[in-house]
Order: sequence, then structure tokens, then C-alpha cells
Amino acid sequence: MEKMPKWADIILIPLISLILAALLSALVILATGEDPIEAVKLMVSGALGSTYGWGYTLYYATNFLFTGLAVAVAFHARMFNIGGEGQAMLGGLGVALICLYIPWPHWSLALLGAAAGAAVFGAAWAAIPAYLQAKRGSHIVITTIMFNFIAAALLNYVLVNLLRPDGSMDPATARFPTTVHLPTLHDILAPLGISFSKAAPANVSFLVAVAACFIVWLLIWRTRLGYEIRAYGHSEQGARYAGISPVKITMIAMLISGALAGMMATNNVMGEAERLVLNSTEGAGFIGIAVALMGRSHPFGVFLAALLFGFLYQGGAELALWTKIPRELIVVIQALVILFTGALDNMVRMPLEKLFMALRKRKA
Amino acid sequence: MDFLTLIQVLDSTVRMATPLLLACLAGLYSERAGIFDIGLEGKMLAAAFFSAAVAAITGSVWMGLLAGVGASLILSGLHGLASVTFRGNQLISGVAINFLAAGLTVLIAQDWFHQGGRTPSLDGAARFGAIELPFAIGPADAEAAGRPLSQLLAEASPLQQFYSELISGQVILVYLTFLFVPLTAWILFGTRFGLRLRAVGENPAAVDTAGVSVTGLRYAAVAICGILCGVAGAQLATAEPAAGFIKDMSAGRGFIALAALIFAKWRPWHAMWACLLFGLFQALELRPDVLEAMVGLKVQAQLLGALPYVMTVVILAGFVGKAVPPKAGGEPYVKER
Repeated sequence: MEKMPKWADIILIPLISLILAALLSALVILATGEDPIEAVKLMVSGALGSTYGWGYTLYYATNFLFTGLAVAVAFHARMFNIGGEGQAMLGGLGVALICLYIPWPHWSLALLGAAAGAAVFGAAWAAIPAYLQAKRGSHIVITTIMFNFIAAALLNYVLVNLLRPDGSMDPATARFPTTVHLPTLHDILAPLGISFSKAAPANVSFLVAVAACFIVWLLIWRTRLGYEIRAYGHSEQGARYAGISPVKITMIAMLISGALAGMMATNNVMGEAERLVLNSTEGAGFIGIAVALMGRSHPFGVFLAALLFGFLYQGGAELALWTKIPRELIVVIQALVILFTGALDNMVRMPLEKLFMALRKRKA
Repeated sequence: MDFLTLIQVLDSTVRMATPLLLACLAGLYSERAGIFDIGLEGKMLAAAFFSAAVAAITGSVWMGLLAGVGASLILSGLHGLASVTFRGNQLISGVAINFLAAGLTVLIAQDWFHQGGRTPSLDGAARFGAIELPFAIGPADAEAAGRPLSQLLAEASPLQQFYSELISGQVILVYLTFLFVPLTAWILFGTRFGLRLRAVGENPAAVDTAGVSVTGLRYAAVAICGILCGVAGAQLATAEPAAGFIKDMSAGRGFIALAALIFAKWRPWHAMWACLLFGLFQALELRPDVLEAMVGLKVQAQLLGALPYVMTVVILAGFVGKAVPPKAGGEPYVKER
């Protein structure tokens, strides 16, 4: 017997968790001497009140879509991939190499090539922890954490010593050639007669991210492989008994996860910075954890959560600009979301389950 | 490279290793009791901020230490609540705690001090100063002789150099930390509490059957972990040569401590050696000239910084002896099936 209806599990619990996180965030804002309602108004107008705001919101959301999907796919195989940050960094390296050293005739081909390069680099960075988990039983959480730090050191080394143009002091690659610059939403929407802010960084890779959402949904719920991944996530023993190879599923799920995290680089490296800089990921790999948890690892949920975090990021930047609330407020909100939707899930779930049981008893 | 330079590098090794060792021992208690803790970093950071902030406000470093331990304990309590009481995912709870600390410390620092996420710099009684042991050559001798300290030290015998530079002149927390290693070994392997603590990390059902509270033991372990992380943070922010909190000042040390814990295979004495090794890497990062003389070629500092992580992955992979964590680690204990 199910303890509570499905809608409560999918909608009510995340909603309550979100409300708890929002209430605590409001308390934090109050404690800094600002008005939480004014703050929300400022965030909404800053992030959604103009096409410029939307451009930034969607730009951030694109990053979080990729990293959120990456964490979600790993969650389905009951693995916690904390390494999205490092995988996205390596994805950036892949994008940079492909954009700098191949003379692309058109941005569309370059985008395909760069996405493939980012996916391969990201997947490769996930492959080692995956192999160690599958074959040697090393805990994937610890190895992916270590690989984040190793990636940062490696990228630092590569940027300072190998890819930095002569005479430049900046630890960054040269600018990508103009042929590989991606069209922004302004460029895409202008022919349709819709005017969109020219300054905002949202670009065509947002559409790639949305497509990735759909493909992940197909993969997880409509293919044999997706079924195997979910079966493995539900019960390793059961999956093993059904002839599903744990090594194969661990490897494939992590490779897909790493590839998705790596593909984030098509947005931030290729679409926005147009060169690879140090710390280009800016923690987006970690936000993927909050996004996947809030989205209940479902691609549509991830889509909504990524939009929400895109809004929080842009809104938070506006807050930092106009009030004395620093940007770190978003980190606190992110922490609270992870805490309530992830770690303290049972705190919300247990009383709700009791409530639904009591309701059912009264009906019977 | 002369002997004195070597001693100086070892001196900063000990200093660098201290917060690592404290955090590593903190993780040791927690993980030995079956509670994974990747929130060491966050607890250290929170403690670093509150110890520096309260020391700056009250002017007393001991009040600061107390505040730091308190802040770390609160986060520990949260971790215990999530992972013991509500049987949540311990790893996710750790991640949340890290972000909570990273965000809140800057937010509060900005609100209290308006210095871009810093605390005012500490001086005098607001920070831990070096302790000169008897017979060591210290700043007082230099003043009496009217010559620079470095000159006096250079002329001293190797034994005196070793004593004055490495053994003497550390902060009190450093001495206490290294005393805590044998104490931990004794607590874990010589007392009833330690036996139960280790048992609850391997087979909580057996402990429960014996009539001992699994919940109580795990909360105790998490609390010890919080206290030690608190001291680690205080050492980071308020012990010489540090003079206050800066944004993100733990800079991955909590994760290096975690790496050291795995490297040491969850054993106290080994944890000390692992932390000293990783402390040496950090010390060498600051002295590229010494490193060059030792290895004979120029080593990239960034790559040296990644070495603890690479070594931990190699150890985890089981190529050089296998690291097996406590069996019940990460699993919430459910009393009735």
C-alpha cells in the first residue's frame, strides 16, 4: 500500500521544502536589516522584468540545465556525482581546443563539434572515478570530489603554461575566432520580429540544453538502457539477478553524466566568454546538485528547477547591485534547498505520510 | 639548501598540518561511528569566521575559540539531525553544510564589519601567539643581543636550531593538536566508549542488541567532530601568523583532511603522518626555491597542490594497499525492520 498519493510525493514535498528554504532565506534577509518583500520584488524585476534580465536568467539556467541533468542521470543509477564542476571544467578545455585549433566554416558546425568535444572531455573526466567505482569499489563521491580539485589544478597548469597566448599575463586562452561565435537570443529572435536585449548572454545553447532534457527523458523512460539504469538504481541485487551488469551500468551512467556536465561549456565558454578563463564554471557544477534534488531527478523537474535557479542567480546579482545584501545570499539559498529537498527530506515526508494515513483511516 | 632552511620548511609544515590534523581527527571520530562527513570544510570555515569575529569584538582569543567551536557544533547538530534522526543522505547533508557555511560567513561578515567579507585584523590578546619554550632562541634573545633573530639562529648549533625553530615557538593549539593524536588512539582503542564507537560504525545492530544507544553514540561522535572542526577553524583564523578571517579561507583544507583520513585508512597515528605529509606539500608550495633544490628541477606549484588528491585516488583505487571504510558508513540505522 502506498503511504501517500503520487501527487503529494512529486509536488507537495518539493513545494513544502522550497517554502521552508524560502522562509529561512527571508529570515536571513531580515537579519541583515533589509525587507524580504522588497528584496523579492527587486529580484523579480531584475531577473524577469526585462529581456535583459531574462537573457541572464536563461543564460544561467542553461548552465544549470546541463549540470542538473548530469547529477540527475547519476542519481537514477543511485550514484552521487559531485564531480560536475570538474567535468564542466574539462568540457571547457575540450571546447577551447576545438574552437581554437579547427578552422570551422560556420558556427552551427562548430557548435556540433564543440558539443562533441565538451562531451568527450567531460565523460573522460568522469570515466576514471566511474571505473574505480565499478571495478575497485572506490567510493564515487570521494573520487569525484578529488577529481574536482585535480581538474582545477590541471586547468590552471594548462592555461598558465600551455594555452596562454604569448605576451598575455591573463591565465586564459586566446579569443575564439568570430566564425565560431554563437548567435545570442537577440540574433535568433530578431528575424521573427521579436526584440530581445542585445547585451544579454543567453544564446543558442539554451535550445541545446532543452533538447538535452528531452533526450534524457527519452533515454531514462523510453529505452532499454534507461530501464536498466533505473532498475540498477532501485536494487543492485535485483538488477544483477536480472542479468544487468553493474560495471556496465555504472560506467555508462557516469559517462552520460560527465558528458552532460561537460556540455555546459558550450554555453559559458563558447556562448558567453568566447575564450577559456580560469574558474569559468563558477560553481555551476555544484548547483546541479540542488537542481537535480529539487527536480526529483526528472528532466522536466530539472528544467523547472534550473529556471528557478537561473532566476535566483540573476535576481541575486541585482540584489547585490542595489542593496547591501551580498551575492552570497544565493549560496545560502542553494544550501537550504539542498538541505531541505535532499538531506532533510524525511523531516517533511514523515509528518505528511502520517497525515495521509490518518486521512485514509478516517475515510475507511 | 642548508639545515636551517630545512628546519624552517618543517616548521611551516607543522603549522600547515595542524588544522588538517584537527579536521582529520574530527572526520575520524565521525566516520568511525558510521557517519560520513564531507562537511568538515564548512564547519572549519564557519568556526574560522566566528572565532575571528568574536575575538575581534571581545578582544579575547579564548572567547573566539569558544564561539568557533559553538558555530561548528551547531552545524554538526544539523548534520546529526539530518543523518541520524531523519535518516537522510549524509553526503548531501555534508554538501549543504559546506554551502551554508560558505554563504553565511560572508553574509554575516559583511553585515557585521562591512569589510568585503573579512573580519578586522586581530592583534595582541585577540589571537594566539607563539609560545617560547625555555632555552630556545626567540625574539626576546634577539632583542637582548641587539641582533636580528635570523642571525642568532644561523650561528646556533643544529640541535639548538631544531629546538628553537621547530619545537619552540608554536601556538598552543599546535601542541594540543599533536597531544590529541595519542589521546585519540587511546580513546578509540583503549576505552569502552571507543570500542562502542568503532562497533557502531561497523555493525550498529550488534551495538543496539547489547543495549547501547546507537543514536546516542552517533550524536556523541558527531559532536566530537564538531568540537575538533571548531578548533581547526580557530587555528586557521586566529593563530599566528593568521590575523583574521577572509572569505573562503579554509580553501579546500576540509577536503584535504578527508583525503588524509582515507590515506591513513581511518587510524589516528597514520592520520598524523598523512597530515604532516600533506602539510609539507602546502609548505613547499610557498617555498618553490626549496622545492627546486630538493627535486632538482622546477615543479609547478599548481601540480603540487593537486598531489594530495591524486595520492588519495591512488590509495582509494587500492593499487597501494586498500582503504576500506567502516562497514556501516553512510547507512542510516533503522531499529525495527
